[in-house]
Amino acid sequence: MHSTAVIFRRELASYFATPLAYVFIVIFLVMAGTLTFFLGNFFERGQADLQPFFSFHPWLYLVLIPALAMRLWSDERKSGTIELFLTLPISMAAAVLGKFLAAWAFSGIALALTFPFWITVNYLGSPDNGVVLASYIGSFLMAGSFLAVGACISALTKNQVIAFVLTAAVCFFFTVAGSSIVLGFLQGWAPEPVIRTIASFSFLTHFSAIVRGVIDLRDAVYFASVIGLFLFANAILVDLKKAD
Amino acid sequence: MIEVKHLTKKFGPFTAVDDISFTVKRGEVLGFLGPNGAGKSTTMKMITGFLAPTAGRAVICGDDVTNSPIAAKRHMGYLPEGAPAYPDMTPRTFLDFIAQIRGFSGAKAKERMDKAIALTQLEGVLEQPIETLSKGFKRRVGVAQALLHDPEVLILDEPTDGLDPNQKHEVRNLIQTMASEKAIIISTHLLEEVDAVCSRAMIIAQGRVVADGTPAQLAARSRHHNTVRLALAGGAIDAEAALLRLPGVVAVEPVTDSEGTGLLIFPRNGQSIVAEVSDLVRTARWEVAALRVERGRLDEVFRNITTAA
Repeated sequence: MHSTAVIFRRELASYFATPLAYVFIVIFLVMAGTLTFFLGNFFERGQADLQPFFSFHPWLYLVLIPALAMRLWSDERKSGTIELFLTLPISMAAAVLGKFLAAWAFSGIALALTFPFWITVNYLGSPDNGVVLASYIGSFLMAGSFLAVGACISALTKNQVIAFVLTAAVCFFFTVAGSSIVLGFLQGWAPEPVIRTIASFSFLTHFSAIVRGVIDLRDAVYFASVIGLFLFANAILVDLKKAD
Repeated sequence: MIEVKHLTKKFGPFTAVDDISFTVKRGEVLGFLGPNGAGKSTTMKMITGFLAPTAGRAVICGDDVTNSPIAAKRHMGYLPEGAPAYPDMTPRTFLDFIAQIRGFSGAKAKERMDKAIALTQLEGVLEQPIETLSKGFKRRVGVAQALLHDPEVLILDEPTDGLDPNQKHEVRNLIQTMASEKAIIISTHLLEEVDAVCSRAMIIAQGRVVADGTPAQLAARSRHHNTVRLALAGGAIDAEAALLRLPGVVAVEPVTDSEGTGLLIFPRNGQSIVAEVSDLVRTARWEVAALRVERGRLDEVFRNITTAA
Protein backbone atom coordinates (compact mmCIF):
# COMPACT_ATOMS: atom_id res chain seq x y z
CA MET A 1 0.00 0.00 0.00
CA HIS A 2 2.79 2.36 0.98
CA SER A 3 4.78 1.68 -2.18
CA THR A 4 1.65 2.08 -4.35
CA ALA A 5 1.22 5.55 -2.85
CA VAL A 6 4.88 6.46 -3.42
CA ILE A 7 4.73 5.29 -7.06
CA PHE A 8 1.41 7.10 -7.52
CA ARG A 9 2.91 10.37 -6.32
CA ARG A 10 6.01 10.06 -8.49
CA GLU A 11 4.00 9.23 -11.61
CA LEU A 12 1.49 11.99 -11.08
CA ALA A 13 4.28 14.51 -10.52
CA SER A 14 5.99 13.30 -13.69
CA TYR A 15 2.95 14.30 -15.76
CA PHE A 16 3.34 17.84 -14.53
CA ALA A 17 7.13 17.84 -14.94
CA THR A 18 6.69 17.95 -18.72
CA PRO A 19 4.37 20.06 -20.88
CA LEU A 20 2.30 16.91 -21.50
CA ALA A 21 -0.05 17.63 -18.60
CA TYR A 22 -0.83 21.17 -19.69
CA VAL A 23 -1.16 20.30 -23.36
CA PHE A 24 -3.46 17.43 -22.51
CA ILE A 25 -5.68 19.47 -20.22
CA VAL A 26 -5.93 22.44 -22.58
CA ILE A 27 -6.70 20.27 -25.61
CA PHE A 28 -9.21 18.26 -23.63
CA LEU A 29 -11.06 21.36 -22.45
CA VAL A 30 -10.96 23.13 -25.81
CA MET A 31 -12.18 20.09 -27.68
CA ALA A 32 -14.86 19.32 -25.11
CA GLY A 33 -16.08 22.90 -25.43
CA THR A 34 -15.98 23.00 -29.21
CA LEU A 35 -17.78 19.71 -29.59
CA THR A 36 -20.42 20.58 -27.03
CA PHE A 37 -21.23 24.06 -28.31
CA PHE A 38 -20.89 23.59 -32.05
CA LEU A 39 -21.54 19.96 -32.88
CA GLY A 40 -23.70 19.32 -29.86
CA ASN A 41 -25.99 22.33 -30.36
CA PHE A 42 -25.80 23.05 -26.66
CA PHE A 43 -27.80 26.28 -26.85
CA GLU A 44 -30.15 25.44 -29.71
CA ARG A 45 -31.47 22.39 -27.90
CA GLY A 46 -32.90 24.64 -25.23
CA GLN A 47 -32.52 21.99 -22.56
CA ALA A 48 -30.73 22.47 -19.28
CA ASP A 49 -28.63 19.33 -19.25
CA LEU A 50 -25.12 18.22 -20.15
CA GLN A 51 -26.15 15.46 -22.55
CA PRO A 52 -24.28 16.98 -25.56
CA PHE A 53 -21.20 17.47 -23.39
CA PHE A 54 -21.03 13.88 -22.17
CA SER A 55 -22.03 12.24 -25.44
CA PHE A 56 -18.72 13.29 -26.99
CA HIS A 57 -16.59 11.92 -24.17
CA PRO A 58 -16.06 8.45 -25.66
CA TRP A 59 -14.70 10.04 -28.85
CA LEU A 60 -12.55 12.52 -26.99
CA TYR A 61 -11.11 9.76 -24.87
CA LEU A 62 -10.46 7.69 -27.95
CA VAL A 63 -7.99 10.31 -29.15
CA LEU A 64 -6.60 11.63 -25.89
CA ILE A 65 -6.43 8.73 -23.45
CA PRO A 66 -4.04 6.63 -25.58
CA ALA A 67 -1.69 9.63 -25.50
CA LEU A 68 -1.84 9.56 -21.73
CA ALA A 69 -1.39 5.81 -21.44
CA MET A 70 1.24 5.21 -24.11
CA ARG A 71 4.16 6.28 -21.98
CA LEU A 72 3.26 4.30 -18.86
CA TRP A 73 5.42 1.25 -19.58
CA SER A 74 6.95 1.70 -23.01
CA ASP A 75 8.88 4.73 -21.78
CA GLU A 76 10.28 2.76 -18.85
CA ARG A 77 11.35 -0.01 -21.18
CA LYS A 78 12.87 2.31 -23.73
CA SER A 79 14.93 4.29 -21.22
CA GLY A 80 15.88 1.18 -19.24
CA THR A 81 14.44 2.59 -16.01
CA ILE A 82 12.22 -0.49 -15.83
CA GLU A 83 15.24 -2.41 -14.60
CA LEU A 84 15.71 0.06 -11.79
CA PHE A 85 11.98 0.23 -11.07
CA LEU A 86 11.39 -3.50 -10.88
CA THR A 87 14.45 -4.23 -8.76
CA LEU A 88 13.14 -1.93 -6.04
CA PRO A 89 11.48 -3.77 -3.16
CA ILE A 90 7.94 -3.43 -4.51
CA SER A 91 5.36 -5.95 -5.69
CA MET A 92 4.26 -6.09 -9.31
CA ALA A 93 0.71 -5.27 -8.16
CA ALA A 94 1.93 -2.08 -6.48
CA ALA A 95 3.87 -1.09 -9.61
CA VAL A 96 0.94 -1.64 -11.99
CA LEU A 97 -1.62 -0.10 -9.66
CA GLY A 98 0.49 2.92 -8.76
CA LYS A 99 1.06 3.81 -12.40
CA PHE A 100 -2.55 3.21 -13.40
CA LEU A 101 -4.00 5.17 -10.51
CA ALA A 102 -1.73 8.13 -11.28
CA ALA A 103 -2.87 8.22 -14.89
CA TRP A 104 -6.47 7.81 -13.81
CA ALA A 105 -6.18 10.58 -11.23
CA PHE A 106 -4.70 12.79 -13.92
CA SER A 107 -7.62 12.14 -16.27
CA GLY A 108 -9.85 12.84 -13.28
CA ILE A 109 -8.19 16.22 -12.84
CA ALA A 110 -8.80 17.03 -16.50
CA LEU A 111 -12.42 15.93 -16.15
CA ALA A 112 -12.92 17.97 -12.98
CA LEU A 113 -11.65 21.05 -14.78
CA THR A 114 -14.72 20.91 -17.01
CA PHE A 115 -16.72 22.26 -14.05
CA PRO A 116 -17.48 25.54 -15.89
CA PHE A 117 -19.87 23.55 -18.10
CA TRP A 118 -21.73 22.46 -15.01
CA ILE A 119 -21.78 26.03 -13.70
CA THR A 120 -22.99 27.33 -17.06
CA VAL A 121 -25.85 24.91 -17.29
CA ASN A 122 -26.85 25.65 -13.70
CA TYR A 123 -26.76 29.37 -14.46
CA LEU A 124 -28.89 29.01 -17.57
CA GLY A 125 -31.45 26.63 -16.16
CA SER A 126 -32.03 24.03 -13.53
CA PRO A 127 -30.62 20.70 -14.65
CA ASP A 128 -30.98 17.46 -12.77
CA ASN A 129 -27.66 17.54 -10.92
CA GLY A 130 -28.05 13.90 -9.94
CA VAL A 131 -27.88 13.00 -13.61
CA VAL A 132 -24.86 15.27 -14.07
CA LEU A 133 -23.07 13.63 -11.15
CA ALA A 134 -23.88 10.16 -12.45
CA SER A 135 -22.58 11.16 -15.88
CA TYR A 136 -19.34 12.45 -14.38
CA ILE A 137 -18.90 9.17 -12.52
CA GLY A 138 -19.67 7.23 -15.69
CA SER A 139 -17.21 9.31 -17.70
CA PHE A 140 -14.53 8.78 -15.08
CA LEU A 141 -15.12 5.02 -15.08
CA MET A 142 -14.91 4.95 -18.85
CA ALA A 143 -11.67 6.94 -18.80
CA GLY A 144 -10.31 4.32 -16.38
CA SER A 145 -11.24 1.53 -18.78
CA PHE A 146 -9.53 3.29 -21.70
CA LEU A 147 -6.48 3.80 -19.51
CA ALA A 148 -6.34 0.19 -18.37
CA VAL A 149 -6.41 -0.92 -22.01
CA GLY A 150 -3.71 1.63 -22.83
CA ALA A 151 -1.50 0.66 -19.89
CA CYS A 152 -1.72 -2.98 -20.89
CA ILE A 153 -0.81 -2.27 -24.51
CA SER A 154 1.98 0.07 -23.50
CA ALA A 155 3.59 -2.88 -21.72
CA LEU A 156 3.75 -4.68 -25.06
CA THR A 157 6.07 -2.34 -26.91
CA LYS A 158 8.97 0.02 -26.41
CA ASN A 159 7.58 2.27 -29.09
CA GLN A 160 5.15 4.87 -27.84
CA VAL A 161 3.67 5.53 -31.27
CA ILE A 162 2.81 1.87 -31.72
CA ALA A 163 1.32 1.86 -28.23
CA PHE A 164 -0.78 4.90 -29.13
CA VAL A 165 -2.11 3.48 -32.39
CA LEU A 166 -2.84 0.02 -30.97
CA THR A 167 -4.56 1.47 -27.94
CA ALA A 168 -6.70 3.73 -30.08
CA ALA A 169 -7.64 0.78 -32.30
CA VAL A 170 -8.56 -1.52 -29.41
CA CYS A 171 -10.45 1.25 -27.65
CA PHE A 172 -12.28 2.04 -30.87
CA PHE A 173 -13.41 -1.56 -31.05
CA PHE A 174 -14.60 -1.46 -27.44
CA THR A 175 -16.39 1.82 -28.04
CA VAL A 176 -18.32 0.82 -31.12
CA ALA A 177 -18.81 -2.86 -30.31
CA GLY A 178 -22.51 -2.29 -29.70
CA SER A 179 -23.11 -0.12 -32.75
CA SER A 180 -24.18 -1.03 -36.25
CA ILE A 181 -20.57 -0.76 -37.52
CA VAL A 182 -19.60 -3.95 -35.76
CA LEU A 183 -22.97 -5.65 -35.44
CA GLY A 184 -23.86 -5.11 -39.09
CA PHE A 185 -20.66 -6.89 -39.99
CA LEU A 186 -21.52 -9.83 -37.78
CA GLN A 187 -25.23 -10.14 -38.47
CA GLY A 188 -26.16 -12.82 -40.92
CA TRP A 189 -23.43 -15.27 -40.10
CA ALA A 190 -22.45 -15.06 -36.44
CA PRO A 191 -24.70 -16.86 -33.96
CA GLU A 192 -26.98 -14.70 -31.87
CA PRO A 193 -25.23 -15.30 -28.51
CA VAL A 194 -21.89 -14.20 -30.00
CA ILE A 195 -23.44 -11.00 -31.32
CA ARG A 196 -25.05 -10.28 -27.99
CA THR A 197 -21.79 -10.93 -26.15
CA ILE A 198 -19.84 -8.61 -28.41
CA ALA A 199 -22.51 -5.94 -28.18
CA SER A 200 -22.31 -6.12 -24.40
CA PHE A 201 -18.60 -5.25 -24.57
CA SER A 202 -19.43 -1.80 -25.79
CA PHE A 203 -18.21 1.13 -23.74
CA LEU A 204 -20.82 3.23 -25.50
CA THR A 205 -23.78 1.11 -24.44
CA HIS A 206 -22.75 1.08 -20.80
CA PHE A 207 -21.76 4.71 -20.80
CA SER A 208 -25.01 5.95 -22.33
CA ALA A 209 -26.91 3.93 -19.76
CA ILE A 210 -25.12 5.82 -17.01
CA VAL A 211 -25.49 9.21 -18.74
CA ARG A 212 -29.25 8.73 -18.66
CA GLY A 213 -28.87 9.17 -14.95
CA VAL A 214 -29.05 5.65 -13.61
CA ILE A 215 -25.92 4.07 -12.28
CA ASP A 216 -26.88 0.46 -12.75
CA LEU A 217 -24.70 -1.88 -10.76
CA ARG A 218 -24.16 -3.92 -13.92
CA ASP A 219 -22.64 -0.98 -15.79
CA ALA A 220 -20.36 -0.14 -12.89
CA VAL A 221 -19.34 -3.79 -12.58
CA TYR A 222 -18.68 -3.88 -16.31
CA PHE A 223 -16.21 -0.97 -16.20
CA ALA A 224 -14.63 -2.26 -13.00
CA SER A 225 -14.07 -5.67 -14.56
CA VAL A 226 -12.61 -4.19 -17.75
CA ILE A 227 -10.16 -2.24 -15.59
CA GLY A 228 -9.36 -5.26 -13.42
CA LEU A 229 -8.91 -7.60 -16.34
CA PHE A 230 -6.63 -5.32 -18.32
CA LEU A 231 -4.52 -4.44 -15.29
CA PHE A 232 -4.11 -8.12 -14.55
CA ALA A 233 -3.00 -8.69 -18.15
CA ASN A 234 -0.77 -5.64 -17.78
CA ALA A 235 1.07 -7.19 -14.82
CA ILE A 236 1.59 -10.45 -16.69
CA LEU A 237 2.80 -8.68 -19.84
CA VAL A 238 5.25 -6.50 -17.93
CA ASP A 239 6.72 -9.60 -16.36
CA LEU A 240 6.97 -11.35 -19.73
CA LYS A 241 8.29 -8.48 -21.79
CA LYS A 242 10.40 -6.46 -19.37
CA ALA A 243 13.73 -7.84 -20.49
CA ASP A 244 13.19 -7.70 -24.26
CA MET B 1 25.82 -12.88 1.97
CA ILE B 2 25.39 -13.69 -1.72
CA GLU B 3 24.91 -17.32 -2.60
CA VAL B 4 24.48 -18.23 -6.23
CA LYS B 5 23.70 -21.86 -6.99
CA HIS B 6 23.67 -23.34 -10.47
CA LEU B 7 22.21 -20.19 -11.99
CA THR B 8 21.20 -20.74 -15.61
CA LYS B 9 19.41 -18.52 -18.10
CA LYS B 10 18.26 -19.59 -21.53
CA PHE B 11 16.73 -17.34 -24.14
CA GLY B 12 15.12 -19.85 -26.47
CA PRO B 13 17.89 -22.10 -27.73
CA PHE B 14 20.60 -19.66 -26.61
CA THR B 15 22.18 -20.22 -23.22
CA ALA B 16 23.25 -16.84 -21.86
CA VAL B 17 24.32 -18.06 -18.43
CA ASP B 18 25.29 -21.67 -17.97
CA ASP B 19 25.31 -23.15 -14.46
CA ILE B 20 27.17 -20.47 -12.52
CA SER B 21 27.73 -20.99 -8.78
CA PHE B 22 29.65 -18.88 -6.30
CA THR B 23 29.36 -17.16 -2.94
CA VAL B 24 30.44 -13.68 -1.91
CA LYS B 25 31.07 -12.91 1.75
CA ARG B 26 31.04 -9.63 3.63
CA GLY B 27 34.21 -7.70 2.91
CA GLU B 28 34.70 -9.21 -0.51
CA VAL B 29 34.62 -7.27 -3.76
CA LEU B 30 34.00 -9.66 -6.61
CA GLY B 31 34.76 -8.45 -10.10
CA PHE B 32 32.97 -9.99 -13.07
CA LEU B 33 35.28 -9.83 -16.04
CA GLY B 34 34.44 -10.89 -19.50
CA PRO B 35 33.95 -9.85 -23.08
CA ASN B 36 30.71 -8.16 -24.11
CA GLY B 37 27.85 -10.62 -24.28
CA ALA B 38 29.54 -13.10 -21.96
CA GLY B 39 26.62 -13.14 -19.53
CA LYS B 40 27.86 -10.71 -16.86
CA SER B 41 24.82 -8.46 -16.97
CA THR B 42 22.39 -11.35 -17.31
CA THR B 43 23.86 -12.92 -14.17
CA MET B 44 23.46 -9.64 -12.33
CA LYS B 45 19.89 -9.27 -13.56
CA MET B 46 19.06 -12.68 -12.13
CA ILE B 47 20.76 -11.95 -8.80
CA THR B 48 18.81 -8.71 -8.45
CA GLY B 49 15.52 -10.37 -9.33
CA PHE B 50 14.91 -8.53 -12.60
CA LEU B 51 15.12 -11.72 -14.66
CA ALA B 52 13.78 -15.05 -13.50
CA PRO B 53 16.43 -17.76 -13.83
CA THR B 54 15.69 -20.77 -16.03
CA ALA B 55 17.28 -22.93 -13.37
CA GLY B 56 19.18 -22.46 -10.14
CA ARG B 57 18.74 -19.82 -7.48
CA ALA B 58 20.26 -16.76 -5.89
CA VAL B 59 20.03 -16.21 -2.15
CA ILE B 60 20.74 -12.78 -0.67
CA CYS B 61 21.34 -12.67 3.10
CA GLY B 62 19.18 -15.77 3.51
CA ASP B 63 16.32 -14.59 1.26
CA ASP B 64 15.75 -16.38 -2.02
CA VAL B 65 15.32 -13.88 -4.85
CA THR B 66 12.69 -15.98 -6.62
CA ASN B 67 10.62 -17.01 -3.60
CA SER B 68 10.82 -13.89 -1.46
CA PRO B 69 11.79 -11.18 -3.94
CA ILE B 70 10.80 -8.17 -1.87
CA ALA B 71 12.81 -9.24 1.18
CA ALA B 72 15.81 -10.07 -1.01
CA LYS B 73 15.59 -6.76 -2.87
CA ARG B 74 15.63 -4.88 0.45
CA HIS B 75 19.12 -6.18 1.16
CA MET B 76 20.44 -5.01 -2.20
CA GLY B 77 21.45 -1.86 -3.93
CA TYR B 78 21.65 -2.22 -7.70
CA LEU B 79 23.15 -0.04 -10.39
CA PRO B 80 21.85 -1.40 -13.70
CA GLU B 81 23.94 -1.16 -16.84
CA GLY B 82 23.91 2.36 -18.23
CA ALA B 83 22.71 3.81 -14.90
CA PRO B 84 19.11 4.46 -15.94
CA ALA B 85 17.21 7.18 -14.06
CA TYR B 86 14.03 9.10 -14.78
CA PRO B 87 15.22 11.89 -17.09
CA ASP B 88 12.66 14.51 -16.12
CA MET B 89 13.40 14.22 -12.40
CA THR B 90 16.18 16.06 -10.61
CA PRO B 91 18.70 14.10 -8.52
CA ARG B 92 16.96 15.41 -5.42
CA THR B 93 13.44 14.33 -6.37
CA PHE B 94 14.76 11.05 -7.75
CA LEU B 95 16.68 10.19 -4.58
CA ASP B 96 13.70 11.29 -2.51
CA PHE B 97 11.54 8.83 -4.45
CA ILE B 98 14.07 6.05 -3.87
CA ALA B 99 14.26 6.91 -0.15
CA GLN B 100 10.50 6.77 0.21
CA ILE B 101 10.08 3.56 -1.71
CA ARG B 102 12.81 2.06 0.47
CA GLY B 103 10.63 2.96 3.44
CA PHE B 104 12.41 6.05 4.79
CA SER B 105 10.49 9.19 5.62
CA GLY B 106 11.01 12.56 7.26
CA ALA B 107 14.32 13.17 9.00
CA LYS B 108 15.54 9.64 8.35
CA ALA B 109 14.98 10.02 4.61
CA LYS B 110 16.80 13.33 4.61
CA GLU B 111 19.72 11.87 6.53
CA ARG B 112 20.05 8.92 4.11
CA MET B 113 19.80 11.24 1.10
CA ASP B 114 22.41 13.65 2.44
CA LYS B 115 24.78 10.76 3.10
CA ALA B 116 24.37 9.35 -0.41
CA ILE B 117 24.70 12.80 -1.97
CA ALA B 118 27.88 13.51 -0.01
CA LEU B 119 29.43 10.14 -0.89
CA THR B 120 28.83 10.63 -4.60
CA GLN B 121 29.47 14.39 -4.59
CA LEU B 122 26.23 15.39 -6.22
CA GLU B 123 25.74 18.61 -4.26
CA GLY B 124 26.24 20.87 -7.27
CA VAL B 125 23.62 19.34 -9.55
CA LEU B 126 20.77 18.52 -7.19
CA GLU B 127 18.22 20.76 -8.86
CA GLN B 128 19.03 20.03 -12.51
CA PRO B 129 16.91 17.59 -14.50
CA ILE B 130 18.84 14.32 -14.81
CA GLU B 131 18.56 14.41 -18.62
CA THR B 132 20.73 17.54 -18.68
CA LEU B 133 23.52 16.00 -16.61
CA SER B 134 26.81 14.75 -18.00
CA LYS B 135 27.46 11.03 -18.23
CA GLY B 136 29.65 11.11 -15.14
CA PHE B 137 26.98 12.76 -13.01
CA LYS B 138 24.30 10.40 -14.30
CA ARG B 139 26.46 7.47 -13.27
CA ARG B 140 26.94 9.00 -9.83
CA VAL B 141 23.18 9.51 -9.46
CA GLY B 142 22.84 5.78 -10.19
CA VAL B 143 25.46 4.91 -7.60
CA ALA B 144 23.84 7.24 -5.06
CA GLN B 145 20.52 5.54 -5.62
CA ALA B 146 22.08 2.11 -5.11
CA LEU B 147 23.74 2.88 -1.80
CA LEU B 148 21.08 5.19 -0.39
CA HIS B 149 19.65 2.60 2.01
CA ASP B 150 23.13 1.44 3.07
CA PRO B 151 22.53 -2.08 1.73
CA GLU B 152 24.46 -5.13 2.82
CA VAL B 153 24.87 -6.18 -0.79
CA LEU B 154 25.82 -3.93 -3.69
CA ILE B 155 25.56 -5.01 -7.31
CA LEU B 156 27.14 -2.51 -9.68
CA ASP B 157 27.04 -3.13 -13.41
CA GLU B 158 29.93 -1.22 -14.99
CA PRO B 159 30.07 1.49 -12.32
CA THR B 160 32.88 3.45 -13.97
CA ASP B 161 31.87 3.16 -17.61
CA GLY B 162 31.98 6.54 -19.30
CA LEU B 163 33.72 8.33 -16.45
CA ASP B 164 36.91 10.33 -16.85
CA PRO B 165 40.03 9.08 -15.03
CA ASN B 166 39.42 11.32 -12.00
CA GLN B 167 35.84 10.22 -11.66
CA LYS B 168 36.87 6.58 -12.06
CA HIS B 169 39.33 7.07 -9.26
CA GLU B 170 36.62 8.56 -7.03
CA VAL B 171 34.14 5.77 -7.68
CA ARG B 172 36.83 3.15 -7.02
CA ASN B 173 37.77 4.88 -3.78
CA LEU B 174 34.11 4.90 -2.82
CA ILE B 175 33.82 1.16 -3.49
CA GLN B 176 36.94 0.48 -1.47
CA THR B 177 35.79 2.51 1.53
CA MET B 178 32.52 0.58 1.59
CA ALA B 179 34.09 -2.79 0.90
CA SER B 180 34.80 -3.85 4.49
CA GLU B 181 31.16 -3.89 5.61
CA LYS B 182 29.42 -5.06 2.44
CA ALA B 183 29.44 -7.80 -0.13
CA ILE B 184 29.99 -6.15 -3.50
CA ILE B 185 29.84 -7.43 -7.06
CA ILE B 186 30.99 -5.20 -9.88
CA SER B 187 31.22 -5.96 -13.55
CA THR B 188 33.78 -4.38 -15.78
CA HIS B 189 35.83 -4.95 -18.83
CA LEU B 190 38.63 -2.82 -17.52
CA LEU B 191 41.41 -5.03 -16.20
CA GLU B 192 43.05 -2.20 -14.28
CA GLU B 193 39.79 -1.85 -12.35
CA VAL B 194 39.97 -5.43 -11.14
CA ASP B 195 43.48 -4.76 -9.91
CA ALA B 196 42.41 -1.54 -8.26
CA VAL B 197 39.28 -2.58 -6.34
CA CYS B 198 38.55 -6.30 -6.46
CA SER B 199 39.58 -8.81 -3.84
CA ARG B 200 38.52 -11.54 -6.21
CA ALA B 201 38.00 -11.75 -9.94
CA MET B 202 35.89 -14.08 -11.98
CA ILE B 203 36.30 -14.35 -15.70
CA ILE B 204 33.10 -15.21 -17.50
CA ALA B 205 33.00 -16.30 -21.11
CA GLN B 206 30.04 -17.69 -23.01
CA GLY B 207 27.99 -17.91 -19.85
CA ARG B 208 30.49 -19.95 -17.86
CA VAL B 209 33.00 -19.14 -15.15
CA VAL B 210 36.35 -19.88 -16.75
CA ALA B 211 38.63 -18.51 -14.06
CA ASP B 212 38.14 -17.52 -10.43
CA GLY B 213 40.73 -16.19 -8.01
CA THR B 214 42.43 -13.12 -6.63
CA PRO B 215 43.76 -10.74 -9.28
CA ALA B 216 47.29 -11.89 -8.33
CA GLN B 217 46.39 -15.56 -8.78
CA LEU B 218 44.92 -14.82 -12.18
CA ALA B 219 47.94 -12.81 -13.19
CA ALA B 220 50.13 -15.75 -12.18
CA ARG B 221 48.56 -17.75 -14.97
CA SER B 222 50.14 -15.37 -17.43
CA ARG B 223 53.09 -16.43 -19.54
CA HIS B 224 54.72 -13.28 -18.26
CA HIS B 225 54.46 -14.26 -14.60
CA ASN B 226 57.92 -13.92 -13.01
CA THR B 227 59.57 -13.00 -16.27
CA VAL B 228 62.52 -10.70 -15.87
CA ARG B 229 62.89 -7.70 -18.07
CA LEU B 230 66.47 -6.68 -18.50
CA ALA B 231 67.80 -3.67 -20.37
CA LEU B 232 71.57 -3.47 -20.84
CA ALA B 233 73.16 -0.09 -21.38
CA GLY B 234 76.11 -1.40 -23.35
CA GLY B 235 74.05 -3.78 -25.43
CA ALA B 236 76.10 -6.90 -24.65
CA ILE B 237 76.34 -9.08 -27.74
CA ASP B 238 76.36 -12.51 -26.21
CA ALA B 239 73.85 -11.72 -23.46
CA GLU B 240 71.07 -13.81 -25.00
CA ALA B 241 73.17 -16.93 -25.27
CA ALA B 242 74.58 -16.51 -21.76
CA LEU B 243 71.12 -16.06 -20.29
CA LEU B 244 69.80 -19.12 -22.08
CA ARG B 245 72.52 -21.22 -20.43
CA LEU B 246 71.01 -20.48 -17.00
CA PRO B 247 69.13 -23.57 -15.73
CA GLY B 248 65.95 -21.66 -14.84
CA VAL B 249 65.58 -19.92 -18.18
CA VAL B 250 63.59 -21.38 -21.06
CA ALA B 251 63.50 -18.50 -23.51
CA VAL B 252 64.84 -15.04 -24.10
CA GLU B 253 63.01 -12.60 -26.34
CA PRO B 254 64.18 -9.18 -27.40
CA VAL B 255 61.45 -6.56 -26.92
CA THR B 256 61.02 -3.01 -28.08
CA ASP B 257 58.11 -1.01 -26.75
CA SER B 258 57.26 2.31 -25.13
CA GLU B 259 59.72 1.55 -22.32
CA GLY B 260 62.57 1.16 -24.79
CA THR B 261 64.43 -1.96 -25.85
CA GLY B 262 65.38 -4.86 -23.66
CA LEU B 263 65.29 -8.59 -23.15
CA LEU B 264 62.39 -10.57 -21.75
CA ILE B 265 63.66 -13.62 -19.90
CA PHE B 266 61.08 -16.38 -19.41
CA PRO B 267 61.46 -18.72 -16.42
CA ARG B 268 60.93 -22.48 -16.38
CA ASN B 269 57.50 -23.33 -14.82
CA GLY B 270 56.95 -19.79 -13.61
CA GLN B 271 59.60 -20.01 -10.87
CA SER B 272 61.50 -16.98 -9.69
CA ILE B 273 64.72 -16.43 -11.65
CA VAL B 274 65.65 -12.93 -10.63
CA ALA B 275 68.48 -14.15 -8.37
CA GLU B 276 70.09 -16.21 -11.13
CA VAL B 277 69.81 -13.39 -13.60
CA SER B 278 71.32 -10.80 -11.29
CA ASP B 279 74.19 -13.18 -10.40
CA LEU B 280 74.95 -13.57 -14.08
CA VAL B 281 74.79 -9.82 -14.64
CA ARG B 282 77.29 -9.31 -11.85
CA THR B 283 79.77 -12.00 -12.98
CA ALA B 284 79.57 -10.95 -16.65
CA ARG B 285 79.91 -7.29 -15.62
CA TRP B 286 77.14 -6.05 -17.82
CA GLU B 287 76.06 -2.49 -17.40
CA VAL B 288 72.39 -2.63 -16.40
CA ALA B 289 69.96 0.13 -17.41
CA ALA B 290 66.88 -1.59 -15.96
CA LEU B 291 65.98 -4.87 -14.32
CA ARG B 292 62.40 -5.70 -13.30
CA VAL B 293 60.33 -8.74 -12.41
CA GLU B 294 56.90 -8.84 -14.02
CA ARG B 295 54.02 -10.23 -12.02
CA GLY B 296 52.01 -11.23 -15.03
CA ARG B 297 49.66 -9.61 -17.43
CA LEU B 298 45.97 -9.80 -16.62
CA ASP B 299 45.02 -8.76 -20.13
CA GLU B 300 46.98 -11.66 -21.56
CA VAL B 301 45.31 -14.13 -19.19
CA PHE B 302 41.97 -12.60 -20.05
CA ARG B 303 42.62 -12.92 -23.78
CA ASN B 304 43.90 -16.48 -23.54
CA ILE B 305 41.06 -17.71 -21.38
CA THR B 306 38.23 -15.97 -23.17
CA THR B 307 39.34 -16.82 -26.68
CA ALA B 308 40.14 -20.43 -25.85
CA ALA B 309 36.73 -21.04 -24.27
